[in-house]
Amino acid sequence: MDKLLEVKDLVVKFALRTGTLTALNGINFSLLPGERMGLVGESGAGKSVAGFSIINLISKPGFIAGGEVIFEGEDISKYNFEQMRSIRGNKISMIFQDPMMTLNPVLTIGTQMTETLLAHKQMSKEEATEIAIECLKKVYIPSPETRLKQYPHEFSGGMRQRIVIAISLLTTPKLIIADEPTTALDVTIQAEIMDLLLELCIKEKMGLILITHDLGVVSQTTQKIAVMYAGRIVEKGKTLDIITNPKHPYTQGLIKALPQTHKKGEKLYQIPGIMPNLNQIPSGCPFHPRCTFKKDICSQIEPSLKSVDKGEVACHLYA
Amino acid sequence: MQKEQILEVQNVVKHFDISGGILDQLRFNKGKIYLEKKTVKALNGVSLTINKGETFSVVGESGCGKSTLGRTILGLYPPNKGQIFFKGNRIDNLSPKKMLPFRTKMQMIFQDPYASLNPRKTVRTTLEEPIRFHQPSLSKKEIKEKVEEIMAQVGVDPGWADRYPHEFSGGQRQRISIARALMVDPEFIVADEPISALDVSIQAQILNLLMEAQEKRNLSYLFITHDLSVVEHISSRVAVMYLGRICEMGPTENLFDSPRHPYTQALLSAIPKLGETGLKHIKLKGEVPTPIHLPSGCVFHLRCPHANERCKKEIPELITLDNQTQVACHGVEEKRI
Repeated sequence: MDKLLEVKDLVVKFALRTGTLTALNGINFSLLPGERMGLVGESGAGKSVAGFSIINLISKPGFIAGGEVIFEGEDISKYNFEQMRSIRGNKISMIFQDPMMTLNPVLTIGTQMTETLLAHKQMSKEEATEIAIECLKKVYIPSPETRLKQYPHEFSGGMRQRIVIAISLLTTPKLIIADEPTTALDVTIQAEIMDLLLELCIKEKMGLILITHDLGVVSQTTQKIAVMYAGRIVEKGKTLDIITNPKHPYTQGLIKALPQTHKKGEKLYQIPGIMPNLNQIPSGCPFHPRCTFKKDICSQIEPSLKSVDKGEVACHLYA
Repeated sequence: MQKEQILEVQNVVKHFDISGGILDQLRFNKGKIYLEKKTVKALNGVSLTINKGETFSVVGESGCGKSTLGRTILGLYPPNKGQIFFKGNRIDNLSPKKMLPFRTKMQMIFQDPYASLNPRKTVRTTLEEPIRFHQPSLSKKEIKEKVEEIMAQVGVDPGWADRYPHEFSGGQRQRISIARALMVDPEFIVADEPISALDVSIQAQILNLLMEAQEKRNLSYLFITHDLSVVEHISSRVAVMYLGRICEMGPTENLFDSPRHPYTQALLSAIPKLGETGLKHIKLKGEVPTPIHLPSGCVFHLRCPHANERCKKEIPELITLDNQTQVACHGVEEKRI
């Protein structure tokens, strides 16, 4: 099958007064049509930057310094602003973390929904409204006709996130990038939203890139995972393989640190230290100062992703 | 063996008046003018006891009143009704002066380590403040020693005492907040979502630190959180709250193994589990109602799959089951759930 998306050696840098920071250091991954992938890591790992860079949402002083983003056979990272606009919110949609911030508080839901359609498709306002109602039904908003005339503050947090999902569905995109879509929500609402996203992805055959730090959520909804650390992908593979048999010491640590994997009251496993700052990334393997298995080579040569068993790992342990 | 109680909360009610000024309260109806008060009913008769040395967790969704409960217990909000006892002494009606000796025994750790430390004070000043206030007889040297001792205990290098909060990472700041709470040697700590703002690997570090401190000092915790897997791990007893009421309370194992209240069942089924594919959670209809207009009868009946006529009218009381769990549900009482 042809790949829907292929990210090749993508490098993103931020030019600051104090020097240039490398936020993404050559990441590679690909996605088949309808495939769901999780980008996992802690804050500062570069997972959001990775998601944003696909549709070039990196704002200054950040810029894409190298690599390719091939979507449906074309390198969209070289697109100019106008060309990119025809992709954003049309073929690739994005769902952001906080539904309070992503909806415009002074416009009705209806205006915000039809706006997207009118910008991308040749159609009348009436047709656009009809599609908007259709999409609100898909995300189970009751009485969508009246709801269209309401403002974001008249909805609860969970409903707002469902509206954001409905907006992302309007143009029947091929790929949805969801950046921590449920982090701001309660557990029961989180389960509901993930349920909905999963159902829609399967029904509409959409690809999904789920950016999150919650391994539980990823494990339930995605088919494969890329684990990120300090702007690099350190491990890739099938979701179940990684969760049950993590290879990279960082992935192992992340999973071992979860209370779920411990007996009650037992001391939790803790990864020593913290994620390095982007301007102080250690030499060699960026994880080596926190790693319990480090060897001499780890501080000198940076490991690259190599196939191990069914997945890929960047670690000298498997060389 | 009868465990020693450290804290007892009896039927605490806390309502917040949000009706605003007199002009905001004006209402017109059928030619008549009247004033209308609006209150947020945050706590509606909550009772619980916490034993010495245990971790008692309160879980629930945002807006269920769990943080209000923690703050009311510490006397940060005066309760509208009900009584709070600390080691047998009633503390909810004390004057600020009489409350002082209790304040050293009860401390709080807040959620956001970025907001709860004063950015313009060094760590030393922040840590010295509570002990200077509560134990003015101590000499400068003793205070300094105490600061160093506590900093070492929470895993922050005492040599960094003269730095400012912005020089520390989130996890380190939370360690400093914990140190501040430990400065006056409390016996009881309210931890309000102490790890929610932190990364996964840092969460483990802070949880370990809290458990260590508990072992060493025989602390009791009231642990407020929405993260159920953490609750299962660290707490001895759990209370599940919904709209200002406790709907289920009991020993952690019993509650997690056999949740009885329909809300607890839904809440537990919503925890994302590792290595499980697909979602198999119990779906609740609707959203959490606002605490301004509480539903009549059982507060959960609008979303409950088992609700009947009785649930709409009568407020269920907590009943104790065979396995020491307490449940407030007509369905469980009538044995239809």
